Amino acid sequence: MAASVRELRAKIRSTQATKKITRAMELIAASRIIKAQQKAAAAAPYARELTRAVSAVATFSNVDHPLTTEKDNPTKAAILVIASDRGLAGAYSSSVMKEAERLVEKLRSEGKEVDLYLSGRKAEAYYNFRGREFVESWTGFSDKPEYQHARTIGNTLVKTFNTDETNEEAIDPERAVDELHVVFTRFKSMLVQEPDVIRLLPLEVVEGTEEPTEHEVLPLYEFEPSAHEVLDALLPKYIHSRIYYCLLQASASELASRQKAMKSATDNAEDLIQKYTRTANQARQAGITQEISEIVGGANALADATAGSE
Amino acid sequence: MADLLQIELVAADRVVWSGQASQVIARTVEGDLGVLSGHAPLLSLLVPGVVEIKPPDGEVVRAAVAEGFLSVADNHVSILSEDAFLASEVDASATRAELEAAQSDGDQDAVLRAEAKLRLIDKAS
Repeated sequence: MAASVRELRAKIRSTQATKKITRAMELIAASRIIKAQQKAAAAAPYARELTRAVSAVATFSNVDHPLTTEKDNPTKAAILVIASDRGLAGAYSSSVMKEAERLVEKLRSEGKEVDLYLSGRKAEAYYNFRGREFVESWTGFSDKPEYQHARTIGNTLVKTFNTDETNEEAIDPERAVDELHVVFTRFKSMLVQEPDVIRLLPLEVVEGTEEPTEHEVLPLYEFEPSAHEVLDALLPKYIHSRIYYCLLQASASELASRQKAMKSATDNAEDLIQKYTRTANQARQAGITQEISEIVGGANALADATAGSE
Repeated sequence: MADLLQIELVAADRVVWSGQASQVIARTVEGDLGVLSGHAPLLSLLVPGVVEIKPPDGEVVRAAVAEGFLSVADNHVSILSEDAFLASEVDASATRAELEAAQSDGDQDAVLRAEAKLRLIDKAS
């Protein structure tokens, strides 16, 4: 036995301490997922009604809105990357970053410049470490996003998009973009979370999970004060709601991957403890055996010595 | 009353109140608007203010809403706002503090929201 029993005991103790921590993190993540799912469910009615209203306006009026108009030759795109604030969630952040990198490559190959907007400390750290530039980042809420966070992000992004005409707060024309994409992780189930990309702007109202059912006939609305003004007010809200949806999906995914990562860490700790315990028992047994043979050897030697002296 | 309105008062992160009512009064950009059963389909923008919902029996439900919108179709009224609070959920002193903070920050939207909540407190008391 290479390691002494004492060393092995110390290893077992430290692994047990680690196991307690990972187990606790697993349980915390598991309970927070439920909360995150409830939040997503609570946000669904708003998103559904908003989608209905936006499609009503879009269907019954031929209003062109800057947020829905495609540019002929887009030259600049913004990407919002939603990652986590903390690690210990397996490959969660790195798979989002990989997806983001792929999108950047793709947009560059289409001849568009890319501006990055980041959410989550891990995303920030990723770009800081590589010395790459990003425009703005938001941190501190990745596992429990509130609507106001979506609103803050949304306002910034809508401003960058909506520059040329209806612009009261002038922003740096350098930052003006023609497209906006969001990279986030879609929560498919407790076991499957996939990084995904949606194009938020220019807006395609059809896409989305909270669509009204196909057969529903939208009533002929009157718009007050006018269809254009209603659309003006609705679209930014729709974007906030979409971003909120992405943040909620991302937080549920983050918690699910953390739970998964922590579960396998706990399992590994258990395996290690078992292995160390067995080795420690072997070492202890070997020690006992050695002691016995030493005593027997010693006793025999003594007996031989006394027998020889007689 | 033959027909009642089906009301849903929805904030961005929850359903604040839902149920049946005979009348709804809300403040839109065009002025105060009352909706009775059988109203024509309408989509209108709300300004921060107080929404009153009158159930067929029992007390009037009052809520403070931030800017949002109201849609009416088939006796179904949806009031959507990013922030909405029922009278029982607002606290006078906290709201006054919020108003002062908003005024000193110069955040015009926040000022309007806090004022809407204070109006709600006035009306409810």
